[in-house]
Amino acid sequence: MHDPHLITITVNGTEHEVLTESRHTLADLLRELGYTGTHLGCEHGICGACTVLVDGVPARGCLVFGVQADGREVRTVEGLADGGELSDLQRAFAEHHGLQCGFCTPGFLMLAEAFLAENPAPTRAEIREVVASNLCRCTGYQGIVDAIEDVAGKRAGAADTGTSRP
Amino acid sequence: MTVLAGRQTGVGARVGRHEDTRLLTGRGRFADDVRRAGALHVRMVRAPVAHARIEAIDAREALGTPGVHTVLTGADCAELGPIPIRLPRGDEPASALQPVLPADSVRYVGQPVAAVVAEDAYTAEDAAELVRVEYAELPAVLDARECAPVGTIEIGYGGVDAAFAGAAHVVRARLEVGRHAAVPLEPRGLTAEYEAGTGKLEIWGATKVPVFNRGVLARMLGLPEERIHLHAMDTGGGFGARGEFYPEDAIVALLATRLRAPVTWTEDRAENLVALNHSRQQEHRIAAAFDAEGVLLALTDEVCHDNGAYLRTHGFMVPELTVTMLPGPYRIPAFHARIAVALTNKTPCGTYRGPGRYEGTFAREHLFDVAADRIGIDRAELRRRNLLRAGEIPHRRPYSALNTEMVLDAGDYPGLLENALAHTEPWQAERDRLRAEGRVSGYGFAYFLEKSGLGPHETADVLLHPSGRVTVHSGATSLGQGVETVLAQIAAERLSLPDTAVTVINGDTDLQPFGLGSWASRSTVVAGSAVRLAADAVAAKARGIAATLLGCAPEELLLEAGTLAVPGFPERSVTLADVAAEAGRDAIEPGLAARRRFTVDHMTYPYGMHVALVEVDTGTGAVRVLRYLVAYEVGRAINPDLVEGQLLGGVAQGIGGALYEQFHYDEAGQPQATTFMDYLLPTAEEVPDRVQTLITEDAPSPDNPLGAKGAGEGGITAAGGAIANAVRDALGVPEDLGGLPLTPARIVELADAHR
Repeated sequence: MHDPHLITITVNGTEHEVLTESRHTLADLLRELGYTGTHLGCEHGICGACTVLVDGVPARGCLVFGVQADGREVRTVEGLADGGELSDLQRAFAEHHGLQCGFCTPGFLMLAEAFLAENPAPTRAEIREVVASNLCRCTGYQGIVDAIEDVAGKRAGAADTGTSRP
Repeated sequence: MTVLAGRQTGVGARVGRHEDTRLLTGRGRFADDVRRAGALHVRMVRAPVAHARIEAIDAREALGTPGVHTVLTGADCAELGPIPIRLPRGDEPASALQPVLPADSVRYVGQPVAAVVAEDAYTAEDAAELVRVEYAELPAVLDARECAPVGTIEIGYGGVDAAFAGAAHVVRARLEVGRHAAVPLEPRGLTAEYEAGTGKLEIWGATKVPVFNRGVLARMLGLPEERIHLHAMDTGGGFGARGEFYPEDAIVALLATRLRAPVTWTEDRAENLVALNHSRQQEHRIAAAFDAEGVLLALTDEVCHDNGAYLRTHGFMVPELTVTMLPGPYRIPAFHARIAVALTNKTPCGTYRGPGRYEGTFAREHLFDVAADRIGIDRAELRRRNLLRAGEIPHRRPYSALNTEMVLDAGDYPGLLENALAHTEPWQAERDRLRAEGRVSGYGFAYFLEKSGLGPHETADVLLHPSGRVTVHSGATSLGQGVETVLAQIAAERLSLPDTAVTVINGDTDLQPFGLGSWASRSTVVAGSAVRLAADAVAAKARGIAATLLGCAPEELLLEAGTLAVPGFPERSVTLADVAAEAGRDAIEPGLAARRRFTVDHMTYPYGMHVALVEVDTGTGAVRVLRYLVAYEVGRAINPDLVEGQLLGGVAQGIGGALYEQFHYDEAGQPQATTFMDYLLPTAEEVPDRVQTLITEDAPSPDNPLGAKGAGEGGITAAGGAIANAVRDALGVPEDLGGLPLTPARIVELADAHR
C-alpha cells in the first residue's frame, strides 16, 4: 500500500523536504527524520508521550498524519534546549525530580511549554488538570506539577522585574 | 527517631540525577531508537482465541506480499525448547513453561503463533493479517478456583488448630485482588544483529537481567555466551515485568541469526497489554485467631493464585513471596499458609512491584481492621499489641524465602507506627470535619514489611582513568530508577571525588559479564555494595602506587579531594589521576581498576506504613484520595530525592491497583482491557496533590556495608490495604470489603448495602 507524498516540514527551525507515505503518522515521520525524542507510548492518543507542537499548538504525534504537517512548523523536545543550555522548564523538571525513566518526559515538556505560553500564570489546580492530559508511570506526577508551577512563578517574577525570560 | 535531611555531597546527598540531561533533551536511547542500516521489521501474529488447537498455518499470501522476507512459525523453533524459569525452586512442571512459538495449541489471547518479517513495520503489520491460522477452539478455563493447581506451596509452624480452638476471637475474610500489572510506559522493543564476519550477535532493548537473558539465548541458539552482547539502554520503566525473557526475545534473536540481517521489533500498546506479564490476581481465605485482649494467636491463609496460561521466568516466585511475607512485621505464634497456583487461559503472570506483598499486605491489614472493630479495640492498638518489638529483632521466621533464611534484620516497628500515627493525627480530625459537613470520608492505614537486597551477588568494575574520571561497569540495569546516579555517588565517596566525575554503565554484558541485574529492590543494596568494594580496592591500589611514588608507607597517606598526601607535607602528594597514569605504565598489571563481587546470604527487610484519607462519592462510586503518607525505613538513603521519588511513584501505582486498574476478560477469555481507555492508569487527577513521605534511617541493615535497605517497592506495598481500610472506614462497613479494585460499581454496591 504505497501512497507517497512530498511534503515540506520545519522541525525546530530546520526545513525538511521529505517523501512520506500518506498513512505514516507525524510521530513516525519525526522519528524517521531522527527526532527520536518523540516517543510512542500507546499510539491511540491517551498517553501523550508523543506530544509535539504544530504551529505552537500541542498535538498527539500519533493521531496526526505526517502529510498533515506539510508546510507547518513543528517543535519537538530536541528544540527546547538553547545550544548546550537546558531551558528553564527542562531544568525545573530535573530540580523537582519530575522524571524517572524519562520516556513520557518529552511529551510533558512540550505540553507544559505550550500551556505556559497560553496561560503564563496558572493556578496549581489548572496545572494539575493539564498534567492529567498525559500519562506518567514513574513519578506520581508531583514533581511534574511542581516543576511547571516553579517555572510559571519564576517567569512571572522575571517579567515583573523586567528581565528577559531565560 | 531520626528523619532524614540529606547531606551536601557523597552518599546521602540530594545530588542531581546523571540520567536527566539526556532524557530531558530527547537524547535518551530507548529500544525503538536503535537504527541499524537495512533492518528488517517483525510483526507478531497473535492468537485471537483463549484456548485452541492450531490445525494449520497458511502463510502463503503473507509470503507473497512485496517486501515480506519470511514468516516464522512454531515448526521453525521447536528445537529451541521452552523459556526457562530464572529463579527456579525445582518443583515447577516443565509442561507449564511457555514455548517460544507453540507447535500445536494456544492458551491465551495474545500468544504469539507466528512472526512476519518485512522491509518496514507497516508492511509487516499488513502481512501479519494475511497469515491464516486455523484454530479448533477448546473450552477456556478462566476461574482459577475451578482447576487443579499446577503447584502448591505450603508453609507454617506452631499449633494452628489448637490456637483457633482456644481463641477468644476468630476473624475470617475472603478477599480478592484484581488482575493488574506493571504496564511501563515504553512498549517493549528489541533489535538484534548478527555479524556474520565475527559470529557475534548484538542485541539492544532487553534491560533488566541481561546476563541471564544472554545465557538463555546462548543455549537456544547454540552460540557461546561471549558471542552474544546485550547493550546498555535507557528503559521506559520496568516494575518487574519489562526485561524478563519473553518469546519475542528468542524470536528476534533467532531471526537475526537465520536471516543474517538486523532485525527489529517494537510492540504496540494493544499487544503490550496482552503480552507483557500480568500480575496480582489472587483470592485469599484468610483467618486470624486472637485472645480476649487482641493478641494474635494464629494466622492462616488459603490462597488461590491465578497465574494465567504458563509459568514464565518467575516460576512460583510470586506465590512463594505471597505466603512467606504474609506474617509481615508481626509476632505470630502459629502460622499456616497454602497457596495453590492455577493455570488459566489468560495472559501469563509474573512480578509487579511489590509482588506477593501488595496482595498479602492488603489481605492481612484489611482483616486486622475488621478484627480490631470486632474485638472492640482501636485499630492502631491492635497493631501495637502484635508488632514485633525492637528487642525481638533480629527475628528468624522458621522457614525460608527465595532460598534464603528469613531473618528480619533490623528495625523498630512500633516506633514507626507511632511516628506515622502522630504525623497523620490531624487527618482524623479532618475526616470528622468532613463528616460533619455530610461528606463520606475515611481514614485508614496499613502496616507492612518489605524485603529487598536479594542476592546472591552482584559485580562491579571500577576504573580510574588518567583523566581523573571514573567509570563503573555494573551488572545492575537502568530502568528509570536513577541507579546510575546512586552508584556514581557510592563510587565517588569512596574515592573522595565528586559524583559528577563518575560515569556508570549498567547492564552491558560485554563490559560486565558477571552481573545479574536489577529486580527485587536489590540494586542499591547489592550492586551498590559491589561498587563500594571495587572502589575501595581501587583506592587501596592507588595508595600502594602513591606510596612508592612518594617514598612513604601506604597507611601514611590520606585520601582527600582526589589526592593522596602525607598529612602535614603538602608537597608530598599525588592526584589519583597521576596515580592512574603511573598505573598505566605498569609492566604486569596495567591500569587502576578493580572488579569486585558482593555476595549476600540474606535479604534485608525494610518496613513502613501507608496512611490514607479518602472521600467517597456514594452516588457515583468515585473514591478521591485526599491525603496520603508513606512512612518507610530504608536503613540508609544514598540519595533522599530518589528514595522519595520511588515512594511517590509507587503510591500512584498502588492507587491504580486499588481503585482503577484491572484486566477484565469476558466469558470466552477475550481480554476487555486492551487500550488505555479501558485499562485505567492513574493521571494527575487521580493522585493526591502532595503525597507525604516520612523516610527514616533508624535501622541500617547489618548485612551490607552501606546499611541500605531497598526503596523500590515500599511506595506500593501497603497502598491496597491503606486505601481499602480508609474506604471501609468511610462507608462504615462492619465486615470486609471483599477485594480490590474498589471500582465505582463496587463502591455503589457497598454504599447501597450499608446505607
